[in-house]
Amino acid sequence: MRTWRELAAGELRRYSTYRLAVLAGVFTNSVFGFLRVGILVSAVTTAGGSLAGYTAEGASTYVWLGQALLAPLALMGWSEIADRVRTGDIAVDLARPVDLQLSWWARDLGRAAFVLPARGLPPLLVGALTVGVALPTSWTAYPLGVLSVLVAVSLSFALRFLLNLAAFWVLDFRGIAGLYFVVIAPLCGLYVPVHLFPGWLAALAHATPFPSMFQSPIDVLSGRVLGRDALAVLGVQLVWLVVVALLGRLVLARATRRLVVQGG
Amino acid sequence: MAEPTTARRPSVLHTYRVVLGSRVRAQLSYRVSFALTFLSAAGIGVIEFSEIYVLLSAVPVFGGLDLAQAALVFALANLGFALADLVFGQLDSIPTLLRLGQLEALLVRPVSVMGQLVTSDFQLRRLGRALVSVVLLAVVLPLVDVDWTPARVYLLLVTPLVGCAIYGAMFAVAGGVQFWLVDGAEFTSSFVYGGGYAGQVPGSVLPPVLRSVFTFVVPATLTGYAPALLLLGLPGPALLPAWLGWWAPLVAAWTWLLAALAWRSGVRHFTGAGG
Repeated sequence: MRTWRELAAGELRRYSTYRLAVLAGVFTNSVFGFLRVGILVSAVTTAGGSLAGYTAEGASTYVWLGQALLAPLALMGWSEIADRVRTGDIAVDLARPVDLQLSWWARDLGRAAFVLPARGLPPLLVGALTVGVALPTSWTAYPLGVLSVLVAVSLSFALRFLLNLAAFWVLDFRGIAGLYFVVIAPLCGLYVPVHLFPGWLAALAHATPFPSMFQSPIDVLSGRVLGRDALAVLGVQLVWLVVVALLGRLVLARATRRLVVQGG
Repeated sequence: MAEPTTARRPSVLHTYRVVLGSRVRAQLSYRVSFALTFLSAAGIGVIEFSEIYVLLSAVPVFGGLDLAQAALVFALANLGFALADLVFGQLDSIPTLLRLGQLEALLVRPVSVMGQLVTSDFQLRRLGRALVSVVLLAVVLPLVDVDWTPARVYLLLVTPLVGCAIYGAMFAVAGGVQFWLVDGAEFTSSFVYGGGYAGQVPGSVLPPVLRSVFTFVVPATLTGYAPALLLLGLPGPALLPAWLGWWAPLVAAWTWLLAALAWRSGVRHFTGAGG
C-alpha cells in the first residue's frame, strides 16, 4: 500500500512542476467551454428551451462539468508506456517487483489528484461565474458524484493502458494515439450529450465503455440521475472498469511473452 | 579555354522541390501503411462532422441553418483547416524542438527555418481529411439552394484557399509565440484549434463576444460561415455581416503580415542553449 501511495505522490509532484502549462490548459479549456456552451445552448433554444431534458442552464452545467473532467480523465490520450516499449525501457519496468498495471494505475490517480483541482476546478469556476451552472439539490449527488468520477478516471486509465499495449505489436504508436481522441470524444458525449444522439448512434455509444467515463460521471454529479438510477449508472461504470482492466491484464500477459528487447 | 569552374548554386525553390519530392516518395513506398494512415485521417474528418450531424438530428435548424446548409459551412471551413494542417501543422512541434535543442540545427542551414519545418514532415496522409470535406461539398452543393453567378463560383473556389491561408497564418503566429512561451503551448492551441472548431459551426450560434473574437481577431468565421451565407444569399447575424466573406482574401493577406512579424521576431528572439 505504501508503494502505491509513494508512486501516486511522486506523480502528483511531477505534474505540479509546470505551472505555466497548467495556466495555459485552464485558458484553453475555458475558451473551448465557451464555444461548446454557445453551440449547445443554441440547439436548446431552437428546440424551445428544453432538449432531451437539458435546459439552457442544464446545458451549461453539462459543458462546464465536462471541461473540468477533460484533463483529469486525460481524454486527449497518453502514450508513456508505448514510448517505453519503443525505447526498450519497458524491460526495466517489467523486471521491477511491482505490477506494471497497478503501479501505473496508482500513478495515474496521483496525476488526477493534482489535475482535478488545478486544471478542472478553474474552468468550472469560470463557467459558473460567467454563464452560470446549476448545482444538484439532492445531497446524495455529491458523494455519488465523487465516486463516479473516481471510477471514470480509473476506467479511462484502464482503457489508455490497454491501448498502450498495442505498442508491443505495432512499431508506430502515433497513428493509434492520434485516432484515440477523435474516436472516443464524440462517442463519450464530449461534443453533444449522448442523450441527444439518434437511436442507432446512442446504441452504438452504449456498446462501448466511453459514455461510462464521461457522460455518466456528469449525469451523477449534476444530479440528472438520482438515488437508485444513480446507483445503476455507477454499476454499469464498475462493470466496464472490471471488463477493461481484466482485458488489460490478459493482453499484458500475452505482450510480455512475445517481448524481445534488443541490446542491453 | 577551360570551362568556368564555379558550380552554380541550386536555387532555393529547387532545394525545396527535391526535399518535398523525397518526402512524398518515402510515404508512398509503403503502400499498405499509407493507405491505412490515409483512411484514418479520413476517419477523423467523418468523426468531426458527426457533431453537426447529431445536433441537427435533434433539432431542425442550427444557428438558422438546416443540415445541408450547416454541412456546407463545415465542409468549407474544414477543407481550409485540413489544407493548412497539411502544410503548416508541423509548426506545432516547435516546443518539442526547443526543449530538445534541435532548432539550432535548422538555424545553421542556408534555407529558412519556416521552409525547413514545413517540408520536414509533409504528411500526405493528411489529405485524407481534406478529401472528406471535398466529398461532403460535392454531396451538399446540389442539396442547397444556390443562385449560381460567376462571382459565387469564384467564391466557392477561392474560399478553401483563403481558409488554408488564414489557418496557416494562425499556425505561424502560434509557432512564433512559442519562442517566448515554450511551456505555454496550449495558450496558442486555443486560438489555432479553437479557431478551427469555431470556424466549422454557423457563426450565429457563438455568443457575441466569441463571435467578434473569431471574426475580427482570429478570422475563423470567414473561412466557412460568411462565404456560405453569401452562397446561400442569407443575411449575417449581428457583428458578422455576410459581405465580410468577399473581403476574406484581404483579411488573409493581413493575417499573413502579422504572422510574418510574429514568426520573424520569434526566430530572432531565439538564443539557444549553446548546444
